[in-house]
Formats: sequence, structure tokens, C-alpha cells
Amino acid sequence: MSRREKAWWIVGGILIVLYALSPIAWIISLSLKGSSDIANQSFLPTKAVWDNYTQIFTGTASDLFLPALRNSFGICLIATGISCLLSMFAAYAIARLDFRGKRLILSAALGVAIFPVISIVTPLFNLWRQIGLYDTWPGLIIPYLSLTLPISIWTMSAFFREIPWEMEQAAQVDGATTWQAFRRVIVPLAAPGVFTTAIIAFFIAWNDFAYGISLTSTSASRPVPAALGLFSGASQFQDPTGATAAAAVIVTIPVVLLVLLFQRRIVAGLTNGAVKG
Amino acid sequence: MASIEMKNIVKQYGDGFPAVNDVSLDIADGEFMILVGPSGCGKSTLLRMIVGLEDNTSGDMVIGGKRVNDLAPRDRNLSMVFQNYALYPHMTVFENIAFPLRLSKTPDDEVRRRVTEASDVLELKEHLDRKPANLSGGQRQRVAMGRAIVRQAEAFLFDEPLSNLDAKLRGQMRTEISRLQRRLGITTVYVTHDQTEAMTLGDRVCVLRKGKIQQVASPRELYEQPVNLFVAGFIGSPPMNFLPATPKGTGLETPFGMVELDERRAAKVKGHDLVLVGIRPEYFEDASLVDEARRPLGSTFKARVDVTEWLGDSQFAYIPYEAPEAVTAQLRELSRELDSEELRTQAIVSIDSTSRIREGREAEFWLDTRKVHVFDPQSGENLTRDAEAGAELTRLATQDRVEQVEESKARQGGATSVGAA
Repeated sequence: MSRREKAWWIVGGILIVLYALSPIAWIISLSLKGSSDIANQSFLPTKAVWDNYTQIFTGTASDLFLPALRNSFGICLIATGISCLLSMFAAYAIARLDFRGKRLILSAALGVAIFPVISIVTPLFNLWRQIGLYDTWPGLIIPYLSLTLPISIWTMSAFFREIPWEMEQAAQVDGATTWQAFRRVIVPLAAPGVFTTAIIAFFIAWNDFAYGISLTSTSASRPVPAALGLFSGASQFQDPTGATAAAAVIVTIPVVLLVLLFQRRIVAGLTNGAVKG
Repeated sequence: MASIEMKNIVKQYGDGFPAVNDVSLDIADGEFMILVGPSGCGKSTLLRMIVGLEDNTSGDMVIGGKRVNDLAPRDRNLSMVFQNYALYPHMTVFENIAFPLRLSKTPDDEVRRRVTEASDVLELKEHLDRKPANLSGGQRQRVAMGRAIVRQAEAFLFDEPLSNLDAKLRGQMRTEISRLQRRLGITTVYVTHDQTEAMTLGDRVCVLRKGKIQQVASPRELYEQPVNLFVAGFIGSPPMNFLPATPKGTGLETPFGMVELDERRAAKVKGHDLVLVGIRPEYFEDASLVDEARRPLGSTFKARVDVTEWLGDSQFAYIPYEAPEAVTAQLRELSRELDSEELRTQAIVSIDSTSRIREGREAEFWLDTRKVHVFDPQSGENLTRDAEAGAELTRLATQDRVEQVEESKARQGGATSVGAA
């Protein structure tokens, strides 16, 4: 690549990054504007204030926001954990074993993943009320599994397929049972895959709005995206824009943290040296 | 340690293709057995059936007197070195070697002792804390061997262990494996397509072709008394030359003149109108360099040399010849089966490195006729094979092995050694 070409790539890259980050910058700037400052017609706040943050953590919106934050974390973590565990077994079977209906499982998973959420929300709402799952944690965890499992199975089975068969056969010859070979050889090797899958699953659950708003009614289980929609201003003539922006910033933080934290684990290359190099 | 017996082993895949077809083979306790053949001959499949990674369709697999057909790999107590080593990349070298011991819940200090011993034998001591990714090819190979010798397995199985190494390292590791096997005196089955490995390592060599055993014998017997065209062509490098010939009187008429046969061989050839004479490259010599005493033992002929290759210690000359259409097709088929592409009918001749024979010139060659074999071109059968002489060669090799195993056992009586069962 010539120097000139390189320069163009760098400029292009910066432009794209700026474009992608501009909504986030805007949200941050909004969250720092005071209530009278929101319509100031400029990007930056006239004077940066923390009012919106105090409002959602200690002020009027805290009753809505704090339980929602707790719910979101709890529900999403549990849903991610279960979906990782289940998809690990499913993906292993799909990648390694030959059984009838293997293709059916994969295509059914894909079918579930592309099925529009909104079309099953109403029947689910009725069903959940009948069997007492409405407005409970399990009432959200179960639908979240239906969102996260298909994609988890697909990503995980791709990772399992990458692991050389010999690894496992070597373990078996060394005296391992199928379970020991899975746990002591396959799972550690698939760790980057498991982390990637976990993060994707967590995001999907974390970002859900349709289930969150329809299947909950109180702070007993309402997740953050649903709670944001219910914010109200200080008076009925005031928009809750500032508070919503502040809450949006807060819910973005765990996502960013997760990626930064596990970045190194996601980067593959762990299997280097397993086989001839 | 144990013997391995295979009785009428068949492996049929889903499409009915028999990868291994009715193989019966006895491997004695402490013997080094080589499975060799061109790619697709079923040698790896056979090895994987011994270790239990593949089921056999029919037949019996008996290890140490026990039928193991239905046993899982972990219950067969064999250790195996894979072609690509299959080291566990997330474990250190120490843990890789210790893995079989950890699985059998061996106490920690015992694990440490055994791994240290194994790493001493394989000179891996300074690498124990490293990960496989940071090792060279040869070191990875040794780690894989360490994992095999660290426990008291009934037998070692090797699946083309050296094919990923460069030529120099391959030579070193070959010697290393040989030394290790002699020292531990453990039954070993070794799959390879490299005939140098087959010849140098094996007590006996089993040559496979399309899932069927062609010949099981000591390397010497394979070389001197092959049963058929396939074995004769496969063993030896450069390969044996096959010349079309017609019996005439007590000899054979070949493109390189008359080849006289002794009575025994002449009698066996009688009645065939077209045969193939198998002549190894080293049976030829530059006629001007043959001393007078040896000259009458063979015949001389004149031929034009196409190409010569001078290698310092040896020299090869290529002599093209005309062959009838029927034989050419036959030979081409054979060379394809042996994984080589022999495009023209030419003889490869080994001559003394001091010979001044020049390319493109006519030269006089001498041919030692005492050891030539004659093959039936249709069946490929060796018409002049001396079964007794062959058996004698293998008997001598077996005797050598038994002595070596006993010696190693006597040595191990005193000192403790890794993997000694």
C-alpha cells in the first residue's frame, strides 16, 4: 500500500468512527444539559450539570430506574448463563455427533431467531397471566432464552467445529471419558467461543424492549429499556429527555465494560500450537 | 506390554467400501510392527481400529489375550502419537505429559516423578513450563511421545508421527524412536508411507494395498524376496525396474539383452510367453568398473543414457527402453497405485559415483543376474520367489529382536525406567 493510499484509509476510518460515535456523543451531551437547556439549539450544553443523573439515582426517577437496573442485570445474567450452558451442549452435539434431525435443529434454531418478537408477545402475555409468570423474573428469562439460544447455538457450533477432532481422540486414548474429554479439553479450547457467545447473548437480552414492556407491570421485574419509556418529566409540560439520556448513558456502560474486559479472551489464537505449525 | 492379534478384521464404511479387508496379523509382545502402503491403503484405519477410535465391522481384535472389540479407547490402555501430535494447547508441556496420569488419579508426587523421568528421556526438561505453541516441531513431537511413554501402556501406536517434520529432523527422530522402543521393549505399531522409516524401524513390515495385506515380513525379506509386483515396486528407493521379457532357452530376452537364469528360476518361468523382470537399480554397474572376477556372474549390454544424476556418494543413470503396449499400461497402472507418476518407460540404474558415463552417449553396463526376480504381468505374482530364503531372513530378524528385548528387560531389572511395564 502506498503512503497516499494509507493516508486515505486512515482518514476514511476516522470519518466512519466519528459517524458511528456521534449518537453516543449526542446522548452524553444531552444527559449533561439542564432542563431549560435541552432546546438550546447547540450540540454542547451551555453549562454541564449532573441534575439528570441525580434525578435517576436519588431523585424522582430513582424509584423507576434503580429496581429496573437490578432486574435487567439479574434477568440478563441468568438468561445468558443458561443459554451458554445449554448451547454448549447442543453445539457440541451438532459439531461432533452424527444423528438424525441435526439439520432440522439448526434450521429450526434459525427459524426461531428470525421469527418476529412482536407476533408472539400477545399470546405470551395471555399465557403468562394464566400460569402466573406475568411480571416475574422467570417470565422474562424464558422468552429471552428463545432470543439468545438460536444465535448461541450457531456461534458455538462454529467454534466447536474449529477444534481438531484429534484433540478429543487423543484425550480418549489417554484414558478420558467422553465427559472428561469435553470438560478438560474441549471446553477450555472453546473458551474464546464461549465468551463471544456469552457477550452476544447478554447484549440481545439487555437490549430487549418488546418483551420487557409487555410482560411486566411493576418494578418487580421491569427491565431498564422498558423503564426508560415510562420516565416522566418534573411536570406534565416537561419532557423527560434529560433523564432518559442519563439513563441511556448508564445502561451503555456495562456493555462497553464487558467488551473491554473480555476483548483479550475473545481474540482467538488459543488453538495455536495444538497441531503442526 | 502385550501382543496384538487381529483375526479377519474388516472395516466397511457406510457406502460398503471396505477400507480394511480381511486382515489377520499377529504382533508379538515387544515387536516393532510397521504398517506401510500408499495413501488410501487402509493402514491408518487399521491403527485406529487397534486403538478403538474406529469400530471393526467384523473380525476380532485381541490385545494381551483379551478380546477388545467392544472396549472404549480408554479401557484398552494403549498410547498413541498422532500425526499432528494433538497436544493440548491450553496446558503446559508438563500438564500435557501428565494428562493421562491425572485422568487415572495418580498422586501428585508420583505424577511429578514420572513426568520428570519421561522428560529426561526425551530431553524436554527445560521446556516443561512452556505451552505447545512456543515449541518447535521437533519439540512438539517429543512432547507427544512423552505423553505416550509416561504411563504403563500395553503398546505404542504411531500414526505417521514424522511426516510433519523436515527431512533432517525426521532422521533424528527416527533414530530416537527406534532407541526408545528398544529401551522400553514395548510392543509398537507404526503407520507410515515412508519406506525409509519402514525399513529402518521395523522388526517386521506389513505391506497393505487397498485394505489387504500383501506381505508381512522383515525388511530384508521384503527387499530380497517380495511376493508380488506391488511389494517389489513399493519397497526400495529408487524403485525396482520392471522390464518386459520373453523366456528363451534358459534365459530371458529383455530390452537390455539376454538375462541368464539359474535352473530353479528357469523352471518356474517356463510356460509363460511374456513376463516382467524385476531388477533393482544397484544390480547394474558401469561395465568398465566391474572387476574381472565378477563379470561372468552377470551379463553386459550397451544402451544410450538419457540423464545422469551425480549425488556425491552415488550416481544414477536413466536408460529409456521400448516396451510393448500391454506391459506399458500395466506398469503405468502400478506406478499410479504406488503414488508416483512414471511417465516413460525407463530403467533407473545405480552406478559407481566415479563412473564417467555421460548423458546422451552410448555406454556399456553390466547387470548382476543372480538376484533378479521374474513376475507374471497379469497376476503380479513373483514367479521366482524363494520362500525358504525369505523365511530365513525373517527368522534371523526375529531372533535379533528377541535378544534385544531380553537385554532391555535385564537392564531394567535393576534401574527403574519410564513406562516399563
